[in-house]
Amino acid sequence: MNIIVLIKEVPDMEKVKFDSERGVVDRSSAPAEINPFDESALQAALDLKERYGAFVRVLTMGPPQAKESLGDAFARGADDGILLTDRKFGGSDTIATSRTLAAAIEQETYDLILCGEKSVDGDTAQVGAETAELLGIPHAYYVDSIELADEGRVRVTIENLCGNRQQRTMKLPALVGVTKNIGKLRLPSVSRKLESITKEFKTIGLENLPALSKEDTGFPGSPTKVAKIEVPSVEERESQIFREDSNAFESKLEEIFTERGIIS
Amino acid sequence: MNITQHEPQNNNEYRGVLIIGETERGNMHRVAYELLNKGRGIADACGENLSCLVLSTENSGCEELCKRGADQVYLMKSPVFAAPEEVLFASNITAFIREKKPAVVLIGATHFGRSLAPRIAAALETGLTADCTDLRIDEEGNLEQIRPAFSDNILAHIKTINRPQMATVRYKEFREALPDENADIRIQEIPPYIAEYPDVTIEKIISIGDMDITDAEVVVAGGRGIKRQEDLALLWELAQVLGGQVGVSRALVDAGMASSNIQIGYSGSRVKPKVYIACGISGAPQHLAGMKESDLIIAINNDPSAPIFAVSDYGFIGDLYEIVPRLTERFRKKGGCHEV
Repeated sequence: MNIIVLIKEVPDMEKVKFDSERGVVDRSSAPAEINPFDESALQAALDLKERYGAFVRVLTMGPPQAKESLGDAFARGADDGILLTDRKFGGSDTIATSRTLAAAIEQETYDLILCGEKSVDGDTAQVGAETAELLGIPHAYYVDSIELADEGRVRVTIENLCGNRQQRTMKLPALVGVTKNIGKLRLPSVSRKLESITKEFKTIGLENLPALSKEDTGFPGSPTKVAKIEVPSVEERESQIFREDSNAFESKLEEIFTERGIIS
Repeated sequence: MNITQHEPQNNNEYRGVLIIGETERGNMHRVAYELLNKGRGIADACGENLSCLVLSTENSGCEELCKRGADQVYLMKSPVFAAPEEVLFASNITAFIREKKPAVVLIGATHFGRSLAPRIAAALETGLTADCTDLRIDEEGNLEQIRPAFSDNILAHIKTINRPQMATVRYKEFREALPDENADIRIQEIPPYIAEYPDVTIEKIISIGDMDITDAEVVVAGGRGIKRQEDLALLWELAQVLGGQVGVSRALVDAGMASSNIQIGYSGSRVKPKVYIACGISGAPQHLAGMKESDLIIAINNDPSAPIFAVSDYGFIGDLYEIVPRLTERFRKKGGCHEV
């Protein structure tokens, strides 16, 4: 089985500083890492490899330095990686990104595509499903378990869809977006980590994607345009603080909860 | 690959606002009423119609959509819509949109909506803006889609040059449109364009039972101040007496003490309950992004400099292990919430 894991390099959102004056993220303020949801997708791929045997390839689109994330994925157990990088991909919105990914995926042999349910920086959760649509394959999101089923199908369990859990089978190839509950990415072994330092990865630019024209990707291929960036003011509340006197605090809450109909 | 070459598109052919209604456990999801409220404003600003498309096995809830502002409801009725599946739903909605050509399509950012909308946008080769917190019509009649990004540090104003202009909107972001009992009821039943998709087979629907945390009226949330997994029971006891749910910050999910299903914050769920009680949560921007819209915010923390106090209405500086059980006891004596 050939598995492609889509990963995105993101800034560590717990540490990244935001420059409110300029309205931009200061990427130098935090280290880049693999999107935590994609880490779970990679772990799911490695678990499938262990169980059924598979070739796990990670694919990322980003600046040249995103190959660091490919190295990290390789150290954790991925068999290979591909870096999609080109200045002409810059400014891609979700559909332009998905077209670019789909064009690269079509050149590979694949049965299953895995990705995280969303990225922590963009938070749109759109690229997985858009890529599946462009490839003409089914997808499922919010998946917390994956196994192979008969007749070239995959069986997945979706945590929540319209208020219920859902178990379904999908004909391969298919795309599956996972939640963090599917598993936490294991640490790399020392030997593998050393090996990853010298590992070379295939780099693909626009000229390597004959199916894609320059109008399909990057800024020209993006139907959504950012018209304006606004820095919202933080809405502080007039906080009434109680110290030590827990009775006064309790009475206040009782009063306000009763007033608002929370307790009778 | 299904990339259609970019044909020149005549944006003037596209008119009106279309809302996709989602049914959940047989009922209309209330996010549709919120979309109707916003959609009505947009349609009126353009002098155009507001319609609603529902894919369902039955027509429950369609009348209510008319009462709450839809000029026309289209009910695509078929037994194949008994359980949600993205390809079948998206291909039918896409075919409908190609035929009706709405200028604006709004979808609730529920789990299913977030999974479904990108397929439709990709098939239509158009833009999609996720989780808009506001939508308005600019001077040229284009839809301005406003969404927070980077842990709510910025608000991006986005415009789509293609048609339709598509956006998803989170549940509880807008007020519901109110019903008008005298409204005209216009419901048109239509057959599905595509009635089967054999590549996906739904084997089991399993009831989750517990309430979705985004629906909770009271959320008692714990963060780093919770030392052991079993201590979450203290929060559950308080939540129970107030008729609420327990949420957690990312720290507890990362520590393996709680499931990400109940994580509140930028990378978890966003909640907007009547009361949010933050226990041992310092209030990192990533957490605030998920709860700062709550009606009433109460913070309990032993660190007086915790940023959570700045966004709270009432705060207590002290040990949550002492105060939380005291609150539980006090409200229990009082009789708790109405339902208990």
